[in-house]
Amino acid sequence: MLHLALFTIFGAVAVAGAVNLLVQRHPINSALSLIAVMASLSVEYLLLGAEFVAAVQVIVYAGAIMVLFVFVIMLLNAGEEELTRGSRVAILVGIPGVLIGAVLIAWTLVQHSGTGEVAIGALPGRPETIGWLLFHDFLLPFEVTSILVLIAIMGAVVLAGRPVPTSQQPRKEA
Amino acid sequence: MAQYFTGTDYLLSLPVVLLTLFALGILLIDLMLPKQLKWVNAVTAFAGVLFATAGVWRIQAVYAKGAGGYLGRFAFMQSMLVDRFAIYFFYLFLAGTALAILISVRYLEIENEHHGEFYALMLLSVVGMMCMAAGYDIVLIFIGLELMAISTYVLVGFLRRDRRSNEAALKYLLLGAFSSGIFAYGLSLFYGLTGSTNLRAIGNALQHQMMVRNGHADPVAVLALITTATGLLFKIAAVPFHQWAPDAYEGAPTSITGFMSVAVKAAAWAMLLRILVFGLYPLRSVYLPLIIFVSIATMTGANLAALTQNNLKRLLAYSSIAHVGYMLLGLVALASVDYTQPAFYDGFKGILLYLMVYTFMNLGAFAVITSLRNREVIGDEIDDIAGLYFRAPTEAIMMLIFLLSLAGIPPLAGFYGKYFIFLSLIESKHYVLASLAVLYAVFGLYYYMRIANSMLMREPLEKELLPLSWGMRAALGVTAVATVFIGIFPNWFIEAVNWSLGLTQATPIAGLMK
Repeated sequence: MLHLALFTIFGAVAVAGAVNLLVQRHPINSALSLIAVMASLSVEYLLLGAEFVAAVQVIVYAGAIMVLFVFVIMLLNAGEEELTRGSRVAILVGIPGVLIGAVLIAWTLVQHSGTGEVAIGALPGRPETIGWLLFHDFLLPFEVTSILVLIAIMGAVVLAGRPVPTSQQPRKEA
Repeated sequence: MAQYFTGTDYLLSLPVVLLTLFALGILLIDLMLPKQLKWVNAVTAFAGVLFATAGVWRIQAVYAKGAGGYLGRFAFMQSMLVDRFAIYFFYLFLAGTALAILISVRYLEIENEHHGEFYALMLLSVVGMMCMAAGYDIVLIFIGLELMAISTYVLVGFLRRDRRSNEAALKYLLLGAFSSGIFAYGLSLFYGLTGSTNLRAIGNALQHQMMVRNGHADPVAVLALITTATGLLFKIAAVPFHQWAPDAYEGAPTSITGFMSVAVKAAAWAMLLRILVFGLYPLRSVYLPLIIFVSIATMTGANLAALTQNNLKRLLAYSSIAHVGYMLLGLVALASVDYTQPAFYDGFKGILLYLMVYTFMNLGAFAVITSLRNREVIGDEIDDIAGLYFRAPTEAIMMLIFLLSLAGIPPLAGFYGKYFIFLSLIESKHYVLASLAVLYAVFGLYYYMRIANSMLMREPLEKELLPLSWGMRAALGVTAVATVFIGIFPNWFIEAVNWSLGLTQATPIAGLMK
């Protein structure tokens, strides 16, 4: 019961964050919504028993990658924050909304406290299992993924990393 | 549980490993090459393709020989299934890539974009294609697909000072990423439904679920099927998921357009057949109406749109979409009968033979268009080919052969692809579809003959003769000879296709003699 309730709440948060990510005009707002999505996804992973993936999700996605995102947006001069009608509504409704959400989660946790204990490493998604899957069952896809990452780097170098050559004679416009 | 990798696994991945090593080698060698010696990269890439071919040959010799021998071997914990079907496609990819490398060298020199990354990306995209054709696990298939697609996006945008190339790459990237997302969603639903990423396990579980539900498919399975099929149909550029193709084909460097229209398309077909026929065969009654609708839409849309095109690359893009429509008819035939019926094998054979024939004739046509690229002329408008016969008679005749073959005129290779597909349609009693396809083939003849008309009947705009590089000569020679040769001696090639399907009996031009 607790499981289902938490799963539903964080699922709803993830979907709401994803919708907000698309709706927002300002890139910083979208990036912040993405952090909310990542964080709630990591809770979902934890609820499914994948503790390692949940931790990685927080450290890599919600942490490292999002910091990089926000850095890039800042570097590219995202522009002034503008107050739209939507953001005013968000200011008014947002704080009570967060409070209600927090109370809801706290209430469910309190209601269902003491339903059982779980030790670290007892869940099915142990690092050992993941390592076995990655380097045994899915060894070939794993290795091919490394080529995929290499291609992405090469693509960036080819398309953006060199000055655009000038042709000896300009091309005839089609 | 504790099962470890053996020599078999490493041998079966040999072509993939060789191609990767050569691609990385090109990247390193490229750093040391002065500008005049960039052609060395092309030679290295070509050598890589040859070594990979030798690797495939070795696999074939060891594991797939004889009628009673193995039809295939699993590798890497059933991630990969190297069977005759996969080996057939390996050869197709390697042939298409080798020809595309040959026609690229001069073109890149003229465009002043001769970098080693070009060839490295080509080889790595073949690695992706091989993972798609031999993948037996949806994880490997998907990663192979992305590997191929991302290298192709970069290759399409390789001409950075050409606005069309940039635009094409961006459109292709956005639509491609979107379709990959839909495809991944469908695959994840299948994983959720069946609890496995292995195609055979998915197929068996679906079969079981169908039996439990009295032959009706689970609604979630239908949703998964539709999203997966959307992704697959997008990758082969079938109407209504074709919008990216004309733009991407027009903007890409011409040799890459040729490469995309044969190797990339063959890989997408291999993946489609693997998933729809090998994995999702229990759901065939569900996807049959979908495929019928898409094939009719594809033939109609593409053939009508091609009538009015004035850009050669765009025209051939629409023509390649139309060919996808014909090939889908083969899928219709094979999905509408049981696998014991002849229509199943003839449909399959039709698709495979079509892809082989198409590799040669379409790359040949693109080779001729590539050779029109000059210092001053882009050479992809239908006016640019005007009077080609008076400037370069050999090329004009070859182009005529390719065009007639594309239209499906009997003594040439293109006829046999269409022949088996129409045969399978008639065997599976789709008479209306068969007559519709023949009707659209006539439309095709019209727009191919428009090119021929411009080439043979009009005055040339320029008198200058076209200089041909050695690579271009070799590519044109191979494609032209193959197009004529397959047309005159189809038996060997039909036997090769039979072999790839594990059919033992030699079929002497199948029903023609009956």
